[in-house]
Amino acid sequence: MSSTAGAAGRSGIAPAGPRPGSRWARRIRYYLPAVLVFAGGIIGWEVAVTALGLKGFVLPRPSAIVSALIENLNSPRFGLLPSARATLIEALGGLAIGTTTGVVVALATARWATARGVLLPVAVAANAVPIIAFAPILNNWFGLENPLAKMMMAAVLVFFPVMANVTRGLVQVDPAALELMRSTAASEWQILRKVRIPNALPYFFTAMKLATTLSLIGAIVGEYFGGASLVLGRIIVQSSSALRFDITWAAILLAAVTGIVFYLAVVALERVVIPWHASMRATETA
Amino acid sequence: MTSEQSKTAVDGGPVVRLSGVDKVFSRGGQPVTTALEGIDLTIARGEFVSLIGPSGCGKSSLLRLFGDLVAPTRGEVIVNGKPADHARRDRDYGMVFQAPVLFEWRTVEDNVKLPLEILGRSARDRAARAREMLDLVELGEFAKHYPYQLSGGMQQRVAIARALSFEPAILLMDEPFGALDEMTRERMNSEVLRIWERTGTTIVFVTHSIPEAVFLSSRVVVMSARPGRITDVVTIDLPRPRGEETRESPRYFELVTAVREGLRAGGGLETDEPGLASPERTLAEGAVG
Repeated sequence: MSSTAGAAGRSGIAPAGPRPGSRWARRIRYYLPAVLVFAGGIIGWEVAVTALGLKGFVLPRPSAIVSALIENLNSPRFGLLPSARATLIEALGGLAIGTTTGVVVALATARWATARGVLLPVAVAANAVPIIAFAPILNNWFGLENPLAKMMMAAVLVFFPVMANVTRGLVQVDPAALELMRSTAASEWQILRKVRIPNALPYFFTAMKLATTLSLIGAIVGEYFGGASLVLGRIIVQSSSALRFDITWAAILLAAVTGIVFYLAVVALERVVIPWHASMRATETA
Repeated sequence: MTSEQSKTAVDGGPVVRLSGVDKVFSRGGQPVTTALEGIDLTIARGEFVSLIGPSGCGKSSLLRLFGDLVAPTRGEVIVNGKPADHARRDRDYGMVFQAPVLFEWRTVEDNVKLPLEILGRSARDRAARAREMLDLVELGEFAKHYPYQLSGGMQQRVAIARALSFEPAILLMDEPFGALDEMTRERMNSEVLRIWERTGTTIVFVTHSIPEAVFLSSRVVVMSARPGRITDVVTIDLPRPRGEETRESPRYFELVTAVREGLRAGGGLETDEPGLASPERTLAEGAVG
């Protein structure tokens, strides 16, 4: 009896992953359509601008954007590379500040019902305010030239999704899991460490994927309202008022690439930290 | 073969004793449902007792009373000679739910180790116990797997290994095989009996399957629906060890019938949800709900 149980159990195991030889072929087949559509779009853009005779200040050709990017990587007026670096530092700083406060508040609200009652309504109300409108005030508080002003802008945008998602992950735990922990007389601290926090990790990473983009938006919008000149936000403002839209587009391109790299970094981190999560298995079989 | 409160006296005296227990669930200070009424029950050390009754008869609440996961409104719950909340803090019982409740971020082995971590056992002790328990449920070779890589029956065996890892005096099982198919369920029943015989742990087992209750138990406690009362206690005198032959013996059918009649007397079969078992099956095996 017991040996048949074992044998049947073995057959219930999921089959091993795909053979290594077919892995790259499968990957290429998976990404090829997206790459083709993207390349097609760029070529279509290039052709359309030329064919329709659009002026450069309406819509520059992709090739013009790329050459503007290369020419101005280190130019004194529109130094794109140092600007991108400065903006990235602001976004990263804001991401760190916003994420930390978001997680701390989430832990407090999950742990103490009173904190939940006090903080959640305030946070929700604050989130309803178009917070970007506060950028000039933050610049005033922290100083126009101080990168911290831009970091705070990014942090304010990052805070809410992180706090809301992590709170959900900490609170929405299988009731049976809590009963199980209670049945072994686990302390609140043990429940937090062994159940709630691991349960919240997938929610945290979902929030982080949003937060990376939001932190860049916060930093760039903060820059629009003045401050150091070699930052992407200032480059966008200055180049567009000088009608150098090829440079504006180049700055946007850099911001986009930064955002994508940011996002991919979070995805990579997610794979390392929560390889057990169902979403990771879905990408494996796709 | 029905007898009120027959005490199969095994050494060590009662493990669980309930006297005059009522459980009323209230909402906003107002009593809403009387889940249990006038429950008197004594379970001896080493017994295998099943609680059976229709859906909503409070059998799961009763199990949670033993485990101090729910507090009684009136009456007394004594587990291992002390109030139930003491017993819980002393880790006197392990719990298995209908769902395996394994943590997806832990390997099979680490899931089994979880209660031992909470109890603050040493890493060496944890590893040794986990290996021992996984061997007991015959999943030793799956120690490093993640729960999602196992079938439902295997996951439930991991949950049993986890519940037994710290050698509790009592194992509380709340419809542990309710979500499994019939074939797996029968295999798991034999597995549980084997574990029970090897460990000597007292088992309280909630089920709504008559054949399961009769096959496993030394006594079957029959309950009526709302308010939940104990209407009958059927002593199962089938010889052990039990196996496939047990399920085909005439005595087994007699006892299944006795439990069915107990359920019917308590109004259990009338409130049965239709469609869960085919009529032929119900006649042949007496499955409820």
